[in-house]
Amino acid sequence: MMANRRQFLQSGASTAVLGLAASAGLLPAAAQAAWSKAAFEAKGLAEVAKALGGAAPVESAEVQLNAPEIAENGNVVRVAASSSLPGTTQVAILVEKNPNTLAAVFDVVDGTEANFATNIKMSQTSKVYALVKAGDKYHYAVKEVKVTLGGCGG
Amino acid sequence: MADPMRIRAQAQGDKTTVRVLMAHEMESGQRKDSAGKVIPGWYITEVTAQHNGKTVLSAQWGGAVSKNPYLQFSFKGGKAGDKITVTWVDNRGESRSDEAVIA
Amino acid sequence: MKWLAYGAACAVSLAGASALAQKSAADAIADYRASLQDGNPADLNAARGAALWNKARGPKNASLQGCDLGKGPGVVAGAAASLPRYFADADAVMDVESRLVHCMVTLQGFKREELTAKPYSSDGQKATEIEDLVAFLYDESRGMPIAVPTGHPKEQQAYQRGKQIFFFRAGPYDFSCASCHSADGQRIRLQDLPNLTKTAPAQAAFAAWPAYRVSQGAVRTMQWRLYDCFRQQRMPELKYLSPASVDLIAFLGVNANGGKMAAPSIKR
Repeated sequence: MMANRRQFLQSGASTAVLGLAASAGLLPAAAQAAWSKAAFEAKGLAEVAKALGGAAPVESAEVQLNAPEIAENGNVVRVAASSSLPGTTQVAILVEKNPNTLAAVFDVVDGTEANFATNIKMSQTSKVYALVKAGDKYHYAVKEVKVTLGGCGG
Repeated sequence: MADPMRIRAQAQGDKTTVRVLMAHEMESGQRKDSAGKVIPGWYITEVTAQHNGKTVLSAQWGGAVSKNPYLQFSFKGGKAGDKITVTWVDNRGESRSDEAVIA
Repeated sequence: MKWLAYGAACAVSLAGASALAQKSAADAIADYRASLQDGNPADLNAARGAALWNKARGPKNASLQGCDLGKGPGVVAGAAASLPRYFADADAVMDVESRLVHCMVTLQGFKREELTAKPYSSDGQKATEIEDLVAFLYDESRGMPIAVPTGHPKEQQAYQRGKQIFFFRAGPYDFSCASCHSADGQRIRLQDLPNLTKTAPAQAAFAAWPAYRVSQGAVRTMQWRLYDCFRQQRMPELKYLSPASVDLIAFLGVNANGGKMAAPSIKR
């Protein structure tokens, strides 16, 4: 545990700063790909799936969503989404009641696992979806996450 | 310029798991200041990662990803000593890349 | 629309052994907290703090590498786990933040008033240098046993005064620290209030500060924790690095001796 932490800090300290290269336009092509504005502005699961280019999504046991039952604070909610569907090319995380439903979308490139985790914000108690594209179909898993506002201590 | 990312990459068998912590405000564009004015959105929109020059992660984010974003993903083929590079770009066009060695 | 109405006024209510304390909710919240343990943004603060510590700065253009945190000049590892303690060069008992400021003044030539004018970052602001440096110093004590000394008479006096302050009732609510923190099973809404007069909860509390507060998006220091407790009690403001603050930290630290440092932690 300690060793891991130290390695983390050391590897961080020894990282090369490539910010200049990035700002000089030398970014990898993938980083300059167009941002899916329509998908990020869509409301609700069906609209997001449509904006991403798919038909109505169906619930699937092959899609996994790991999220807490209760979030003590909606500013940070750890969500993991994964898929065991063959031919998965995209994994997205959606929060139904956020002002914008889509939080993040990950492309599954060759050799990368269809399994991603990140922290998201939730404005209120809501259904959270893992939306997965496999072949030309969209599938999802859903879980309700209750958001509480804590008290003073801690 | 934005602060460095913290990147941990660990190989186990033929799988490498990468955990990244980024320093970014991730202002959602939904909040209002005390005067009732909407605080403009300022958040990372694209994240990519390369291993030996090959893209192993490509993601698009919105303003709902938390401040100081956390990301975890895994890919096949990495081994200890290999380099992994993570890059983000935000909606203001600012960007940052950092490198780490797979442990 | 705000993501969350954080910063909302905190109602101080003692739920006590309320029936609302459902086991399942407590378990779910424990799961939530556990899920965030990996990827604590305080690591970013600690990294910035390490860079600040090692950089020649201030009117004297010196780094903090010569700072004596109680284990000799330049020794950072484990130092935070053994503070507050008595320092002969200042003839005073000092906590981590007091000693840090002392070193920034004596080694780097910064003005004390300027350093202490705004030690805590406000909402949406970048972390202060003190917050980053404090995150670094505690990170260097992670996993170390808490060993706050009581050998020097001034250390014993600090502990005794801290104990008095802890139990001292005052303010418009006739409150003391002990009102919330000297009985088992007390809560403010969903937050369990540790009984700081008992060893295990005292250890857990002391070990976990400073912490990254998810609700504030910032690292909050031990001095801030006490400052905010005083605010919640509607007491007069607890002045940054005041003798009263150091005495209280000494009291809490000694009660926590034998525990294991786990700061900076991450909290709601």
